[in-house]
Amino acid sequence: MSDVGPRPLAGLRAWWTMLAICLEERLAYRGDFILGTAMRFLPIVTQVFLWTAVFSASSRPDIAGYSRNDIVAYYLLTMVSRAFSSMPGLAGGIARSVRDGSIKKYLVQPVDYVGFLLAARIAHKVVYYFVAALPFAVIFFLCRGFFPPAPDGVTILAFLLSLVLSFLLGFFMEATLGMLGFWFLEVSSVIFAYMLVQYLLSGHMFPIDMLAGVPTGIPGTSLADIVRWLPFEYTAYFPSAVWLGKVRGWALVRDLAIESGWVVVMALACRVAWRRGTRRYSAFGG
Amino acid sequence: MGRYLGIFLTFARACLVRDMTFRANFLLECVTSLGWMSMNLAFYLLVFTFTAEIGRGTGWTREPFFAFVATGLIVNSIVQAFFMPSAEELTELVRTGGLDAVLVQPLDAQFLLSLHRVDYSSLANGLVGVGLLGWAVSRFAEPPGPVAWLLYPLLVLCGVAILYALIIMLAAATILLGRNQSLYDFWFYLTNFSRYPAEIYSGPWGGPIRALCTFVIPILLVVNVPARVIAQPFTAGSWGGVAAALAAAAAMLVVSRVVFQAALAKYRSASS
Repeated sequence: MSDVGPRPLAGLRAWWTMLAICLEERLAYRGDFILGTAMRFLPIVTQVFLWTAVFSASSRPDIAGYSRNDIVAYYLLTMVSRAFSSMPGLAGGIARSVRDGSIKKYLVQPVDYVGFLLAARIAHKVVYYFVAALPFAVIFFLCRGFFPPAPDGVTILAFLLSLVLSFLLGFFMEATLGMLGFWFLEVSSVIFAYMLVQYLLSGHMFPIDMLAGVPTGIPGTSLADIVRWLPFEYTAYFPSAVWLGKVRGWALVRDLAIESGWVVVMALACRVAWRRGTRRYSAFGG
Repeated sequence: MGRYLGIFLTFARACLVRDMTFRANFLLECVTSLGWMSMNLAFYLLVFTFTAEIGRGTGWTREPFFAFVATGLIVNSIVQAFFMPSAEELTELVRTGGLDAVLVQPLDAQFLLSLHRVDYSSLANGLVGVGLLGWAVSRFAEPPGPVAWLLYPLLVLCGVAILYALIIMLAAATILLGRNQSLYDFWFYLTNFSRYPAEIYSGPWGGPIRALCTFVIPILLVVNVPARVIAQPFTAGSWGGVAAALAAAAAMLVVSRVVFQAALAKYRSASS
């Protein structure tokens, strides 16, 4: 982040200031923030009961390799994945600043816009984890019975790495999307469509493995195979599957490499969109 | 009453004119709304590839369950079209002090704050809901009787009334908190409990949740009672559910009115 300040100390100071601003912003409306954090766990409750009812009516011991407990654990773990990869307001915020012209200040200041957004997002996330750690810990403790025994150290490290990569992937995907604002005046519908696809194909709604039996019309290729060619699953499904031991050995190394590859691809796409977008951008007014 | 109806129709007409001015945007909103709904329907179809029933012996097999989903679509689309857009604006009105302008109008504040905006695109889901209900009912082994068909629209309206009352109480919370950007999230998460048949909430945790969502916040009556009347055999015991929905709707409307008035009394303007 050398772009934020000319010297390392100045850079650190800028990061600290951004973190402090984010903290103050979040804590200004404490009631709203705490309420919002707690509410996010409610859909899990209905999913637990839904899948319990499905298993009670079905004679299967598992569905697509997931027992009822696995599915509950999976949904809880996707909450962790999404806490890293979801970027509320990022794409919309970029498009808005292009539309209302406020982005021009980044064009005349010695601040890299994408770097600034990344720093601000890290600060937001740190504040979020700080506040959400307690409800997360309580929920996971209460639901510990649904989880298989904790995985080995290497798997835990792979899980943490997949989370960091999912954060970067989520950030660059949404930032690239927001930069469509340079070409289109209104991108809210595109963002909504992206959210739909993201929700369905990331594994947030159900484990991707459940699509293995859904035909596509292409011989020998299921819907799950097609979804695995896309980057979305790395923002929810993959970290959860790693913790649950669904991806092991060389497959784990391969998938982490693919996830890293997607991060690089999306970071480049974001950079290209910024370069081309700012080249065609024209601001009016003061 | 006639004056209020006239004013509401003026609001509705103005919103229709606005929506039709930006027709492409309106169509896009309909499509995105339908996209979200289709995704949920696809999820339910996927679930039914793994089981024949939601909960053993509950009677919620594929077609009755889709009648349940259709009922949820109809109730929610009415709420989303007529009440939610206005409620969503309230949070900014409170924060910026714009609520003052509403309070000095010679009209009931609750009426103005909850009915001044209509989102016609949300009705698209309701229309699909009606179609889905027709498809599901046509595949029932035993079609619903005339009593069920007569009660169904009334119970749908009860569901709408319960959800409206909840919105009003959330709006009251907005006034008390100063800002409540989570209003829509809270609404989404709360109504999430009404998306599935009440029978799934069983066991040591499910029992209390079911009791809480039936007797304290009667969210489980919103879709369950009308859906049960149309999709399950109507027996003498069904009248209990009907009476509960009617009583809950009336009680919720009264309580929400009292809570909203109390919140308005505590409102301190944010404007200068």
